[in-house]
Amino acid sequence: MRSNVSQYELIAPNSLDAVLQILADSPDHYTPIAGGTELMVALGAGRLQPKKFVSLWNLEELRFIEVASDAIIIGAGSTFTDIRKHPVIADEFSILAQAASWTGSIANQNRGTLGGNIVNASPAADSPPALLAYAADVTLVSTRGARTLPYRDFHLAYKETELEPDELLHSITISRNLKGYKTYIRKVGPRYAQAISKVAIAAIARMKNGHIENIRIGAASLREFPARLTATEKSLIGKTVSAETIAAARAAVLAEARPIDDIRSTAKYRATVAANLLEEFLRTL
Amino acid sequence: MTITCVINNKEKNIEAPPMKRLLDVLREDLHLTGAKEGCGEGECGACAVLINGDLVNSCLVPVLQAEGAEITTIEGLAIDERLHPIQQCFLEEGGAQCGICTPGMVLATHHLLDKYAQPTLLQIQEGLNGNLCRCTGYMRIFNAVKQASLVGAAE
Amino acid sequence: MNTSYLRAGKGEGGTPLKQLGTQEKSTHNHQLNRDCSLPDTVQTTPILRAWVDFVLFFTLLMARTPQIVGQSPPRKEGVAKVLGRAQYVDDIVLPDMWFGATVRSTIPRGRITSITFDPGIPWHEFTIVSAADIPGENCIVHLTKDHPCLAETHVNHAEEPVLLLAHPNRAVLPAAVAAVHITYEVLPAIYSIEDSEKKEQIIWGEGDQANTFKTYLMQKNQVPIPDEVWEKADFIVEGEYRTGAQEQLYIENNGVIAEYDAEKGVTVRGSMQCPFYLVHALTLVFNLPAEKCRVIQTETGGAFGGKEDFPSVIGSHAALLAMKSGHSVKLCYDRSEDMAATTKRHPSRTRHRTAVSKDGKLLAGEIDFAIDGGAYATLSPVVLSRGTIHAPGPYNWPYITVRAKAMATNIPPHGAFRGFGAPQSIFALERHMDKIAKVVGLTPEEFRRRNFLSTGDRTATNQLLSDPVDMQHLLKRALKESNYHAKRKQFDRENPTSTIKRGIGFASFFHGAGFTGSGERRLASEVAIDITSEGRPRILVSSTEFGQGTNTILCQVAAQTLGLPYEEVLIAQPDTRVVPNSGPTVASRTAMIVGKLVERASTQVLERLRAEADLPTPHTSTDFKRAAIHYGEEIGRLEVCVRYESPGNIFWDDDTYSGEAYPAYAWAVYVAEVAVDTTTYSATVTNFHTIQEVGKVLHPILAAGQIEGGVAQGIGYALYEKCLWNNGHMANNQMTNYIMPTSADLPPIHVTFEEVPSPHGAFGAKGIGELPMDGPAPAILNAIEHATGISFTEIPLLPEDIFERMTRPTDTGTESLDPAVAGPIFSEATV
Repeated sequence: MRSNVSQYELIAPNSLDAVLQILADSPDHYTPIAGGTELMVALGAGRLQPKKFVSLWNLEELRFIEVASDAIIIGAGSTFTDIRKHPVIADEFSILAQAASWTGSIANQNRGTLGGNIVNASPAADSPPALLAYAADVTLVSTRGARTLPYRDFHLAYKETELEPDELLHSITISRNLKGYKTYIRKVGPRYAQAISKVAIAAIARMKNGHIENIRIGAASLREFPARLTATEKSLIGKTVSAETIAAARAAVLAEARPIDDIRSTAKYRATVAANLLEEFLRTL
Repeated sequence: MTITCVINNKEKNIEAPPMKRLLDVLREDLHLTGAKEGCGEGECGACAVLINGDLVNSCLVPVLQAEGAEITTIEGLAIDERLHPIQQCFLEEGGAQCGICTPGMVLATHHLLDKYAQPTLLQIQEGLNGNLCRCTGYMRIFNAVKQASLVGAAE
Repeated sequence: MNTSYLRAGKGEGGTPLKQLGTQEKSTHNHQLNRDCSLPDTVQTTPILRAWVDFVLFFTLLMARTPQIVGQSPPRKEGVAKVLGRAQYVDDIVLPDMWFGATVRSTIPRGRITSITFDPGIPWHEFTIVSAADIPGENCIVHLTKDHPCLAETHVNHAEEPVLLLAHPNRAVLPAAVAAVHITYEVLPAIYSIEDSEKKEQIIWGEGDQANTFKTYLMQKNQVPIPDEVWEKADFIVEGEYRTGAQEQLYIENNGVIAEYDAEKGVTVRGSMQCPFYLVHALTLVFNLPAEKCRVIQTETGGAFGGKEDFPSVIGSHAALLAMKSGHSVKLCYDRSEDMAATTKRHPSRTRHRTAVSKDGKLLAGEIDFAIDGGAYATLSPVVLSRGTIHAPGPYNWPYITVRAKAMATNIPPHGAFRGFGAPQSIFALERHMDKIAKVVGLTPEEFRRRNFLSTGDRTATNQLLSDPVDMQHLLKRALKESNYHAKRKQFDRENPTSTIKRGIGFASFFHGAGFTGSGERRLASEVAIDITSEGRPRILVSSTEFGQGTNTILCQVAAQTLGLPYEEVLIAQPDTRVVPNSGPTVASRTAMIVGKLVERASTQVLERLRAEADLPTPHTSTDFKRAAIHYGEEIGRLEVCVRYESPGNIFWDDDTYSGEAYPAYAWAVYVAEVAVDTTTYSATVTNFHTIQEVGKVLHPILAAGQIEGGVAQGIGYALYEKCLWNNGHMANNQMTNYIMPTSADLPPIHVTFEEVPSPHGAFGAKGIGELPMDGPAPAILNAIEHATGISFTEIPLLPEDIFERMTRPTDTGTESLDPAVAGPIFSEATV
């Protein structure tokens, strides 16, 4: 434990409104902390810069999963266990449930939240590729109101998001009209459990008369934030799955991916494996 | 500040800074040293406890967030001074070698058997994948879990 | 340490903790889907049965009580462990205890030019220790006096300790450490064996010894290989093989608590393997006699060699802080510090050059074996020694020359890790044997068969194998139990049309138990047994428990010999004030050497009670207790002490590196099945079979646990555990980024034991602790070669490495080993 915990402040208001008010009143003074599975690691390592925290843990306004007729709305405070357990998610949004199942260990899933995973904005985060493939929307709230935008527009640069200092991520909305889509998600890490992703691909596609009518591909660790592979998608729309299409799609992945060499893996490995994963999916269509 | 929670069925009032890790509160303030710090980053599971029945890594929980919670540590598992069946099985099957991962591993087993009374090997592997053991290669731990499920250790 | 064994009924609690019950044999033998049940039947081959009978006769004669040796009673300290009550050092709080921290070098090599302290810290509250405070020698002694306790003028590796701080409040120490600023004149640093060999930067020693901690020349019969052997050989096969550093990754980090008293001296308790090693280190640092240096081992959460030599460092540091602060001081590392600053397995480079006949007989071998010792010598000479002796493996070499060296680099010193040099050289050898087989056109198994050592043969050190050894049988059995041939055919058939390439491969090897050569004679280990006032025997040894089962097996041996129930026997916590020096708990020597001494001591206890307290023969445990109490009341405290006696026929020459290298060897064949996913380039071990001949299995569950755990570490060594260095700093010093296999990554591990009792060990036991570390890596890479057709020669082998090779556009290497194409010399260009 490399921090002096007596130098840190943590408050836990019992309503979302109270939290938002605190963020509004002193926007850069209190940092939100949800399950703590990211920030407490930094605390232990002695590198947690902010000193004042406001707890979002277990706020009922944030920890919910609501099923509407045409969409599912997941509160940002939902834990990965909440997500895995939910029957509609397990049934209709299987790649999100799958992503939740390999986010850390069970102990981490009991505390880590979807909102935390998104807002922490690691390019290697486990849920974002699935959310991108599902074309999720995110709703941000503050004392000034709420706004909703496509999740694909949420990340602006490395660890830089749309979130204003007084805003919180409130919920993630995914539409339920996924009939006829095939899905795929695969995470490649250094081991089968408790692994930070080297690269991951999530994809959904709908075929019509043997042609790819629609396809969405979300990727981890190919860009400085979780990203849709839009050029690759374009290369596939309207095509049949043939050796040529696959080759073109692979080339598109390699062209639009901009992975890095880091402590976990190499850029070349990441790019090629991403292309392999996509090919694996395409061959199922 | 003061936090009130129930630990091993006993109500406790804890004076501690709100960001103090639950692990440190257990070990230093309450002298419950069964939970161990193996990594400080939620990877090894040696610090695992149950909060409201959920398995969590206590090195990642700020104590303020445990306000009002029911916490079970390894010290709370034995039944009136008798070994819990899971503990008995770990003892019999060689599931503990150096023993440092054992408290977390036993609690993870308890958590698993609550969910799946007769877990498959795959479910056992998944249930314990957040608890690292360097000594056993996991074989005897799986045996212990399986044995515990056979003696009806889920309760 | 007594134990209470409880029986839980179905869903009910068991009997109360305080009650001592009779031990009920566990008869569970359930099968999981993966068949990870108790070890398979123990068998002896017909040839060896007479030998077995001969040795067992005497042991059975002594024991009229139920056999305890060979059963699996509950771990002696197991109840405390499953209850979470076992006291590891960080669980212990002493009155008025302070906490320590270490200020370390931030550069790998340089001269210290200044040390300043930020004014913002209330330094008067702290105790600050530097080299100037050391009462004795500023030296951590192992074998060579090159290792400073605290750096004085120069640093030779990143994380080298420079200053120590202590304070009553643990929470303020990290900021204080950060507030100490050391400036350096930076000197060029070297990080590899090759750079060390160049001797452009001399970082250690001088002249011939520059950068070289130790060298050995081991030549069978001291005869160099005649030129004609090379000239006449049908094939000459060369290869170079490399292994990386490996972190022991015990789940409990290094830690100690030290106390100092001007009259009584130093007391250190903590996580460690060898209390008397720390005593020795303290005598030097404090200039105190051994009697004033007391060391107590606390419950230790894993060690694997990582707490063999390192406690001498942390123990000395904590003791210095205790001395200067006037308080007991706890010094416990967190994971980051432990990984960055403490010892790891020595990286290695082995070059083989082998002359072979066309009918697959080894004619001669030259082996160049080099290890990277880091910045100071620590145990490098001994690691090198073991690696050297194991380099030729379990084969007949008409001629063999091994040239070995341990080199210095500017990284934190490497040290002991389970296997201790043998995993390195055995990896190289067993990879090379598969390569030779391919060149000659034999299967790997046939090539082994034609060269295995057998009873009556002589090893590379000219040791006569008088104890029976039957590698032919072990190989046959291993291949059978793993279904090797059928699987090989199956994979050959399926691989072409699958994205998952599967393979199966094996390694055959041996591991010497005990200290090398005259080491055991020099150690002169002692074991004592005394009797408590309740008439119970108590074993007094410095052998430590750290999960492998020391407490349990020694109590079994004593119980069996004394004719008492296992529960009756106590074993004292290793406290150097109380226990004699039984030697270090290393080198797979505890069951064999120390166990044998416990057996002898137990026998002497009986003799004493028979002679002086009317203990009848045979006796019941009640008789024993009565006689023991009677002895205590009438005669006095009974304590028996025995010392190791070297068997007359063990002779070792350190100069020529020849003779009886080890009193006994365990022999093994390990078979690995792998799957290489060509989508992700990841290799996974999908099944693993082990067969080993180990003398006597004292405790089936513990023994199997040793093999399983060792195989898991070996799998990590081969495929997962990479130490990443950045200018001499360990870059991945966290569990997130140093990848150890989880429960989801490991295969079923099948364990089969055979027993050919050794005269040297308790009830015939030989050592097994390190054996399982030797086999997995080469077996796995042999399997990967089968799966992919690619020969990998370096570990850890990561997916990125497999990716690089698999996607290489042209093959400019010598994958083609067809003699018609490549000529008689097969060599990979060395890097």
